Amino acid sequence: MTIRMASKRRAVALAATGASLALVLAACADTDDGGGEDGGGEATQATIDCAAYEEFGDLEGTEVSVYTTIVEPEAETQTASYKPFEDCTGVTINYEGSREMEAQLPVRVQAGNPPDIAILPQPGLLQTLVNDYDAVLPAPEQVEANVDEGWAPEWKEYGTVDGTFYAAPLGSNVKSYVWYSPSMFEEAGYEVPTTWDELMELTATIAEGNEGATRPWCAGVESGDATGWPGTDWIEDVVLRTAGPDVYDQWYTHEIPFNDPQIVDAFDTAGEILKNPDYVNGGLGGVDSIATATWTDAGYPILDGNCWMHRAANFYQTQWPEGTEVAPDGDVYAFYLPAQTADEKPTLVAGEFIGAFTDRPEVQAFQTYLSSADWANAKAAATPAGGWVSANSGLDQELLATDFDRLSAEILADPATVARFDASDLMPAAVGTDSFWNGITEWFASDLSSQQVTDRIEDSWPSN
Amino acid sequence: MDWLLYAGDDTGHKFLLMIIAIVLFVALMGIILFVVDRPRNPSRWFVGFGFVGAALLLLTIGLVYPAIRTIINSFMNRNSTEFVGLDNYIRAFTEPQFLIVLGNTALWVLVAPLVATFLGLVYAYLVDKSRFEALAKGLVFLPMAISMVGASIIWKFVYEFKPAGVNQTGLLNQFIVWLGGEPQQFLLSRPLNTFLIMVVFIWIQAGFAMTLLSASIKAIPDDIVEAARLDGVSGVGMFWRITIPSIRPALVVVLTTIAMTTLKTFDIVRTMTAGQFNTSIVALEFYDQRFRQNEAGLSAALAVLLFVIVIPVIIYNVRQQRLSEDVR
Repeated sequence: MTIRMASKRRAVALAATGASLALVLAACADTDDGGGEDGGGEATQATIDCAAYEEFGDLEGTEVSVYTTIVEPEAETQTASYKPFEDCTGVTINYEGSREMEAQLPVRVQAGNPPDIAILPQPGLLQTLVNDYDAVLPAPEQVEANVDEGWAPEWKEYGTVDGTFYAAPLGSNVKSYVWYSPSMFEEAGYEVPTTWDELMELTATIAEGNEGATRPWCAGVESGDATGWPGTDWIEDVVLRTAGPDVYDQWYTHEIPFNDPQIVDAFDTAGEILKNPDYVNGGLGGVDSIATATWTDAGYPILDGNCWMHRAANFYQTQWPEGTEVAPDGDVYAFYLPAQTADEKPTLVAGEFIGAFTDRPEVQAFQTYLSSADWANAKAAATPAGGWVSANSGLDQELLATDFDRLSAEILADPATVARFDASDLMPAAVGTDSFWNGITEWFASDLSSQQVTDRIEDSWPSN
Repeated sequence: MDWLLYAGDDTGHKFLLMIIAIVLFVALMGIILFVVDRPRNPSRWFVGFGFVGAALLLLTIGLVYPAIRTIINSFMNRNSTEFVGLDNYIRAFTEPQFLIVLGNTALWVLVAPLVATFLGLVYAYLVDKSRFEALAKGLVFLPMAISMVGASIIWKFVYEFKPAGVNQTGLLNQFIVWLGGEPQQFLLSRPLNTFLIMVVFIWIQAGFAMTLLSASIKAIPDDIVEAARLDGVSGVGMFWRITIPSIRPALVVVLTTIAMTTLKTFDIVRTMTAGQFNTSIVALEFYDQRFRQNEAGLSAALAVLLFVIVIPVIIYNVRQQRLSEDVR
């Protein structure tokens, strides 16, 4: 071949490889640059005492990376709540939210590229990161002091693995709620039940008026590849009520087997509502439709009058369609899922935890800030639309945006409340994020008995 | 160094990094090409290595090494710290959960390629030389342009269920209601749900089969067709006796290519059911085991299984491609 031809071909080859590479790289570079700079709560920004961070030295110009599952729209209020710290210290917080965080974090840890701080949505993930990867650093003493001051000992325990305290709690969720329409209740002359028996009576009364697709309850557990979790919450709430907190503790620590008669009982008690075609699934179908209904809109039939009650956590507040008024006299509100007697207050809670992978001064300073009451108050102030609470006793309840958030905070602070953490978050991943989820989904989908489901989950409990 | 590795949220920074990477790549390729072209009478080995060397190196790092690691991990425990022998494989072949996964995968490999190829073939044959051939082919080819995830979301809506008495949002259930039936939960019961998920795949892949097969039907020499017609062959006989034998190599290549795509299918199942209701397949299950359950060993074993299943298909595919090239 002639020289000229060769060089021409070379140029074409170069151009082609360059062009295809450009495409690939452009695709890679096109990650979402979410986590907006300034959040909604600019106007109501809290001021904090900067002195707490002086002991970490001059942090001006340093950066801390945060990796979390919290994405838009909650990410905005999250980043806004960091502002007082950034103003105090001059540290820049690089916020990265991803729905795939739980799968990606261990990958990044193994690849030697962990974030400085990860907001862990479950204690189970913390245990995995500590036991399998030995990656999380113990909490610095300032953080521990903050947690000792602001949080109940159980909460500290959830962030502790094998006696070492790693992760301070961040926010808290109250899961023992039943959403309903106050006006529907008022028109029908129904009272909010205060005991389990009253709840069942009310359910039976409502069911007498079933018409078309209308049922007393609606539920849905579909949640992409986390399908099943809303159903596990239901069961956990009932275990707390029928078997009590002590059995609950033995249950998630596997001191009693998963198919212990008391747990099977709890499944059956939940099944009296959830597997009774006269009681479910308002506006969504039959019992099996619970398996396929998306949890985010499973409560919507309440708005059409097709459903009367929907058990869901406090964060369901933000799931209602735009324009829905959440208030004691609004379109929807929630009551506490009653226990056997009106005096008992077993409550299912959950929350996020702060794990650190590096111990640079600015990271520790930020960890300290996140575990402080200052942060809780800044976050409350930065969340004008509501939907956020914390069990931090230093939280000023007046700063909370809605009546409903204040109700959640009251329940968390009430001495009568016996709080227990979401058990599926505490069980080994093979159960808590797999067989329990799948089992409960099958329980609805293919009419397995409570015994069959609990047997199956027990079989999947890892032996080591 | 940090500046090169992490761009954060700064778009300008990202673009700069991208441009630097491209310039580096182009420069490197330029150097290789320049060096290879330098000697007057380069030996064939030298030129050959110059051209494939970089690719070989990258393949070794990006493909061969991970494959070997995966095979090793498949004999290790869940966090790859202890050797456990065949335990992971035994689990994969004995636990009911995985038996369903393997069964579904077998269904997929057997049914999806056959149906997609058959539909593509029949369609290609029927519209061949018809008046609206271009339009008709375009319609079937269009789904190819939709991503698997996009197609899955569309079909998820088609199958969507609402109880009787409430406005239906799912197309299929709306038809059933119009015909006076009860709305059905399509994605709930096995094995129907697996077949309904396959429909999405076939919807996409039939267009691919149709395009390739249509091209080879057109390549059948006219004299063969003419001769057959003179001998009195027509219609169905023509299809089975002339068309099929003439395009057999292309048919096999299409079939095996789709079979390989089937084994890689992940996005459709993940989007439609996320593997719930006994619809999971190996390609999805090993991802779940690895990244959700943190079962590195079991996940590696499933990946190796997938690899073993796909090897014979690839070998057959490559051999057929060679054969069909020889014929030409």
